[in-house]
Amino acid sequence: MTLREGKIGESYLVESLSLEKETEFRLQALGMTIGTKIVILNNKRSGAVIFKVRGTRLAIGKEFAEAIRIQREA
Amino acid sequence: MKQELNVGFIGNPNCGKTTLFNAYTGAKLKVANWPGVTVEKKEGAMKYHDHHFKLVDLPGIYSLTSYTMEEKLSREYIMSDQVDVIVDIADASSLERNLYLALQLIELGKPVNLALNMMDIVEERGMEIDLHRLPEMLGIPVIPVSARKKTGLDILMHTVAHHQKKIRQYSFEHHHATLIRCNDKRNKHEEYAMVYSDEIEDKIDQLEVLVRKHDPSLKNSRWYAIKLLEQDSEVQKTLGLDVSSIVDRSYEQEIIKQKYDFIDEVIEECVVNKAKKEASTDKIDAVLTNRYAGIPIFLGIMAMVFFLTFTVGDFLKGYFEVFLEYFSSGAADLLTNIGAGEMVTSLIVDGIIAGVGGILTFLPNIFILFLALAILEDSGYMSRVAYIMDGLMGKLGLSGRAFIPMLLGFGCSVPAVMASRALEDMKDRRKTVLVTPFMSCSARLPIYVLFSDVFFPEHAMIVAYSMYVIGLVIAILIALVMKCFERKKAVRTLLIELPEYKTPNAHTIFIYVWEKVKDYLTKAGTTIFVASIIVWFVLNFGPSGMVGENVSDSFGASIGKFLIPILAPAGIGLWQIGVCLISGLAAKEVVVSSFCVLFGISNINSDAGMTTLKATLQGYGFGSINAYALMIFCLLYTPCIATLATVKRELHSTKWMVASVVLQLSVAWGVATLFYQLASMFM
Repeated sequence: MTLREGKIGESYLVESLSLEKETEFRLQALGMTIGTKIVILNNKRSGAVIFKVRGTRLAIGKEFAEAIRIQREA
Repeated sequence: MKQELNVGFIGNPNCGKTTLFNAYTGAKLKVANWPGVTVEKKEGAMKYHDHHFKLVDLPGIYSLTSYTMEEKLSREYIMSDQVDVIVDIADASSLERNLYLALQLIELGKPVNLALNMMDIVEERGMEIDLHRLPEMLGIPVIPVSARKKTGLDILMHTVAHHQKKIRQYSFEHHHATLIRCNDKRNKHEEYAMVYSDEIEDKIDQLEVLVRKHDPSLKNSRWYAIKLLEQDSEVQKTLGLDVSSIVDRSYEQEIIKQKYDFIDEVIEECVVNKAKKEASTDKIDAVLTNRYAGIPIFLGIMAMVFFLTFTVGDFLKGYFEVFLEYFSSGAADLLTNIGAGEMVTSLIVDGIIAGVGGILTFLPNIFILFLALAILEDSGYMSRVAYIMDGLMGKLGLSGRAFIPMLLGFGCSVPAVMASRALEDMKDRRKTVLVTPFMSCSARLPIYVLFSDVFFPEHAMIVAYSMYVIGLVIAILIALVMKCFERKKAVRTLLIELPEYKTPNAHTIFIYVWEKVKDYLTKAGTTIFVASIIVWFVLNFGPSGMVGENVSDSFGASIGKFLIPILAPAGIGLWQIGVCLISGLAAKEVVVSSFCVLFGISNINSDAGMTTLKATLQGYGFGSINAYALMIFCLLYTPCIATLATVKRELHSTKWMVASVVLQLSVAWGVATLFYQLASMFM
C-alpha cells in the first residue's frame, strides 16, 4: 500500500520510493531509507500525511504520500 | 600578531543553532522554529582567553548535497578557506537524524566538533547519551551544551581552540566484525569513522587515485571520490573528470543507506534508555492538526492575534498620544520662545513631529502583532500551518509551505518575500513572491486604524479585519489565475519537518520583537523622517517660492492634480490623496504621516485630530465609501521600495519586479474602482 493509505497510529516499514531521483535522495537523507520503520501520526483527505521517522516528524503532501510504498511490520 | 580562527556553525534546522550562536556573539539574530529562515549566513566575533574567533552562522540544513540553494552555499562555504573549524550542532533529543549531517561533515576532512544541544530535554525524557563512547565511534570531540540554559559554552570553545588542526581526534574503537576486510592493505576502520561496503570502498579507492592524479593539491580525495560516486553535479563540474568506467550509476542510495546503518549502530551503543515517554507534541498535534478542527483552530488563532493587536494595541496607544500632544505643543512653544522663524517652526512641528510622531503612535499595534507572530513561530506552530493549509494551497497550485511566507506577510513583506527561499521550485517561488505583498503588512495597519476609526467608529475592528480578508482573497484569486495560465502542471508538494512544540523562549521572542520594533523606529527616524520633510517641502513651496496658506499652489498640489483623473473613478480623486499615495511608496506608514502633514493635523490619532480630519475630508465630499475605497487601494497597491528591492533580489530579475509593480497597481485600481462604483450605486 502507499503511505497515503496507512492508518493513523500504526507503524509500517518503507518498502520503496518512486519519485524523481533527487527527491528520493532527499527523503532518504532525512532517514527514509528502505526498510526504515515509520509511524503514521495524522493524515487528511487532501492526501497530506504526518509521520514519524527516526525520531523526526515530517509532513508531506499527497504527491509524495502516494509515491511511497509501505508494508506492515512483520 | 594574534591569529583569528574562523568557526563555522552548522546544523539541522531547529537544532538551536542560532540560539547557541546568539549566546556567544550576542548578535541580535532572528531565531525561528521552522526550517529555512536563517537563509543568510551571519557573522559575529568573540574572544575566548587569548583566542580570537570569527563565528559564522550557516543556514540550517539536513545534508550536504547540491540539491538546494542552502545546502550548496553551506557546502561551498565550509569547503573554502574561510572556515578553519566546523562546529556541528546536533539536537541531542533527535540524535539519529542529526548524526547524518555530522557524518557528512566529518567526511569533508576539516576539524569537526560536535556540540550536543538540548541535553536538558534529553534528561527530561529519561534518555542518556554515552559521551565517552560517541567520540570513540565518530573520532571527533563531543561536547554537551544547552544553548537555552547557556551551559557548556566555554567548554565548547575550549575544545574548538584545542582541536583546530587535527581532523581525527581519537582512535576508533569499533566492533564492525562483519565489515573488516582482512586482505586489505590498510584497515580503513582505523582511519575513517564511516567505512562503506566493499563494493563502494573499492570504487572509492579507484576514484581516489584518479582524483589525486588529476589535481594533487586537493586535500581530501576521499570526499571527492564519494561525491563522484553520488554523481554530484557540482563536483563533476569542478573536477571535469570522466569516471564513467567506474561510476556506472549513482551510488547515492547505497551511500545514504550505509550511513544510516552506521548511525543505527552508534545509536544502539550510545543512546541508553531510549525515550521512555514521548513528548506531549503528539497529543497537541492530534488536536491542532486534526483534519476537521485544524483549519477552524488556525482561523481562530489568527482572529485572536488581530483582536489583541487592536484592543491591547489601542489601549497602549492612548498613552503615546498624550505624550505626543504634550511634546508637540511643548516643541512649538520652545521654538517660539527661542525665536525660531515661522518656517523652521512649521518644518519641525507640522513636518517632522506630525509625520514621525504620527507614525510612532502606531508602535503598540505593531509591537503586539509581531509579538504574536514571534510566539507562533517559536512555539513550532508555524510549520503545522503549512500542513493544515496544504489542501487549500494545492488547489492554488502551491505547496502548503508557500503559506508560511504569506502568513509572515502579515508582519512585513520584506522578510516574507525572503522566506520564499525555502521553496525549492523557482516557479513556486515566483508565484509566492508575487502574491505575498497582497497580504496586508503591519505598515498598512496605521492606515486602516486611522480611517476605520474616523469613518466607521462603531465597527472599526471589523472594517480593519475585512482588509486582511480582502488581501487574502485577492492573493488566492491571483494565484488561481496564474495557475490557469501555467502550461505544465508541475508536481509541487509539501515536505516539512514538524519540530517539537516548545514553550516560546523569552530571550528569542525578545530578540525577534526588538528587531522589528527597532526596524520600525529606524524607519520612522530615517525614511519617514525624510519623506515627511519632502512632503512638507513640496506642500509649502511652489513655482513661486513659499506658498504659505495657499497649499493648492504648491508643487505637491500640481503632482496630485495630475493624478486626479486616474484616481477619481475609484472615489479617491483628491490631489492630497495622490500625494499621499506617491509618498507611501517610501513606506506605507507614510500615507498616514503625509495625511497629517497635508491637512496640518499634529496628532491625527487623537479624538480632536480625527474629528478635524473627518470634517476636512467631508468638506471635499469624501465619505465612508470613499474611505473604504482608499483603504482597499492602500492594501493592494505597490508595497514599499524596500519590498520591491527584495523582490528583485530574490527573483534575480528586474522584469519580474516590474511585473509585480504593474500587477499590484492594476489590481489596486481595479478592485478599488469596482468597489466604489458598485457601492455608490447601491448606497
